[in-house]
Amino acid sequence: MSLLARMAWRNLWRNPQRSLLSLAAIAFGVTLLVFSVGLQIGGYEQMIGNTVRLLTGLAQVQRPGYLDAPRLRLDIPAARDLRARLEAGLRELAPGVVVAPRAQSFVLLSSERRSLGALLVGVDPRAEARLSSLPGTVHRGRYLRTGEEVVLGAALARNLGLAPGDEVTVLGSARDGSVVATVLTVVGVFESGARELDRSLAQMPLATFQDLFAMPDRVHALVLGEAPLDALPELVRRTRALLPPDPPLAVLTWEHIEPGVKQAIEMDFASGWLMYLILVLVITFSILNTFLMAVLERRREFGVLLALGFRHGRLLRLVLWEAALLTALGVLLGMALGAALVAYFAVHGITFEGMEVYAEQFNLPPYLTPKLTPFVLFSGPAVVLAVTLLAALYPASRVRAVDPAETTREVG
Amino acid sequence: MDALVTLRAVTKTYRQGEVDVPALRGVDLDIAAGEFVCLSGPSGSGKTTLLNLIGGLDTPSGGHIQVAGRDLARLSPGERAELRLRHIGFVFQAYNLIPVLSAQENVELVMELQGVGAAERHARARAILAEVGLAGLEGRRPAALSGGQQQRVAVARAIVSAPDLVLADEPTANLDSENGRRLLEIMRRLNGERGVTFVISTHDPEVMAFARRLIRLHDGRIQADERRDGPP
Repeated sequence: MSLLARMAWRNLWRNPQRSLLSLAAIAFGVTLLVFSVGLQIGGYEQMIGNTVRLLTGLAQVQRPGYLDAPRLRLDIPAARDLRARLEAGLRELAPGVVVAPRAQSFVLLSSERRSLGALLVGVDPRAEARLSSLPGTVHRGRYLRTGEEVVLGAALARNLGLAPGDEVTVLGSARDGSVVATVLTVVGVFESGARELDRSLAQMPLATFQDLFAMPDRVHALVLGEAPLDALPELVRRTRALLPPDPPLAVLTWEHIEPGVKQAIEMDFASGWLMYLILVLVITFSILNTFLMAVLERRREFGVLLALGFRHGRLLRLVLWEAALLTALGVLLGMALGAALVAYFAVHGITFEGMEVYAEQFNLPPYLTPKLTPFVLFSGPAVVLAVTLLAALYPASRVRAVDPAETTREVG
Repeated sequence: MDALVTLRAVTKTYRQGEVDVPALRGVDLDIAAGEFVCLSGPSGSGKTTLLNLIGGLDTPSGGHIQVAGRDLARLSPGERAELRLRHIGFVFQAYNLIPVLSAQENVELVMELQGVGAAERHARARAILAEVGLAGLEGRRPAALSGGQQQRVAVARAIVSAPDLVLADEPTANLDSENGRRLLEIMRRLNGERGVTFVISTHDPEVMAFARRLIRLHDGRIQADERRDGPP
C-alpha cells in the first residue's frame, strides 16, 4: 500500500467517533435501501404472482383483437392439439407449465328471484386447479368437476339468491347463432376478493360449455401458467414459435391483459424512488458535513504538505480517497446487513397487523417476502456511492483554497 | 561562487481589510550554496515572509527571486511545487509532521512523491533518522515523540532528498535549550558534511550565535548582513 493510501486510511481514524458515526449513517442508509428495495421488488413479484395466479396466467394465446372486443366467433380452432403442442413444447423451459383452455361468453343468469348478466367461462377444472388460485377461494360447496354444473362469485350468488345445490338458468347466444338455454347446478361459491370477479363471474366445465355454445374443440384463450416469472420473455418467444400460421394468433402477457397492475407497480416504483432519493440526500449531507469538517480542521497540515512539494491536485485526491474509503466501507457494511435482513425475511416473511384477514380474503399468504436480486443488492448502494463521492468533491475542492504561505504563517 | 538564492528589490505587501501592510520593502539578497544563514529580527520584521517567498509558497508584490537558477515569477504553481519537492526542504516551528505517519513514513513521504523506490526510500529514511539520533524510534508516530525529536524528524525529512536549500522557520522556538542546541548541531553538521544550505529565521540568540552569516531584518528591510568565521 502506498504512503498516500496509508495516510488516507489512517486519516479516517483520527477522529474515530466521527468516522464511526458517518460509517453508521451510510451503513444504516444502505441497509434501509437494500431492504426497502428488496421488499418492494418482493412485493411486486407477489402482486404480479397473485394477479397471474388468480385468473390471468403469465400469458394467454388469443385471437388478435379478442381482448378488446371479445366476440364469440374470435376463437381458436383445434384447441386440443394446440394445447398439447404448447405443453410439450414449453415443458423443456418450464417442466410444470400448465396450458389451461378457456371459452367464455356473456350470458343472462336467472334464479327464481331475479336475472343478472354475467361472464360465463368454460374451464378445464383440473388445469384451473393447477394454474389458478380461484378454485381455492371456493368457500361454500366445492369447485367444478364435470357435467352441467357451475360455480358463482359470492356477490353474484348473493344477488341471485343462490347457494350450492340450487339451479340457475343460463340464457345466451351460441357461436352458430342459436339460443343457449340450459339449467346448471350451482356446486360452489367463490370469494376471490376481487370485487368485479365476485360480482360477475361464473365458471363451468369447458366440455359442457363447448356443447352448449356450439364450439366443438374451440376456445377463446389458452392460458399459460406455472412458469417462472423471469422466464416470461422466453415463454412468449417459444409459444409464438409453436403457434400455427392460420388463423393468426397473438400471445399476450399479463402486462397486456392487466395493464392496471403494471401501472400501479410503475407508480409505486416511482414514488418509492423519490423516497429513496430523499434518504440518499440525507445520508449525503451528513457525510458532506463530516468531510467538510475534516478538511477545514487540517488546513495547517495541508499547508505543510504543499510546502513539502504536494500539488493541490494530489491533496484533492487524498481527500477523495478518504471519502471513497469511508463510503465504500459503509456501503459494504450496509449491503451485508441489508442482504442478511432480506435473506432472513425472505424465509420468515413479514406480517403486518390486519394482514392475515386481508390475505385470507384474497387467498394470499399472510406475509410479505422481500426478494434479493442483483438489482436489489446493488442499485441503492451504487447510487449512495456515486452521490456521496460526487458530494465529497465539494469539501475536497476546498483544499484548492489552502494557501501554504498563510497556513505556515499561522504556524510560525 | 554563483548564488543559490537571489532576491532583487523584493517587496511584499499584505492587505488587511482596507489597509495595506508592507512586510518587505525592497530586499536585495544573495545566498550562496553551502551557506548557513540566520535571519533575525523582531516579530513582524519579515522573516517568515522572506522564507515563504524564497520557498515559492508566496509570490512577491514586486521584484525578482531566483532559486537554483529558476526565476520563481516564471514558474506555475505546479512548477513551484516541483521546485520545492526537488530542491528545497522546509522545517517549521510546529505542526511539522503528518500525525498519522510514523517518523520513518514522514521522512519517506517526500521521497515517495519524488518516485524513489520503496527499498531505497526505506534504507535512506532509516539512515538519516540514525544520523539525527533517532535510531530505534522510526516506528513512532509524532504524538509519541518529544518536541525535540519531532523537530529532528522534520530536519531529517527536509534533508533526506539532498535538497540544495533548507528553509527553517524558528525551528527551535518550541524546544528547550538543550534540544535546541542539539538540533542546531545537527543542522550545522549537515551543513558542514553535506554542504546543505540552511536559511533559518529565529529570535533565538543561541541560533544566531551558530550562524556564519547573520542577516538582521527590521520593518521589512535588511538592517545588517554580517558574515562570521564560524560558531563558537
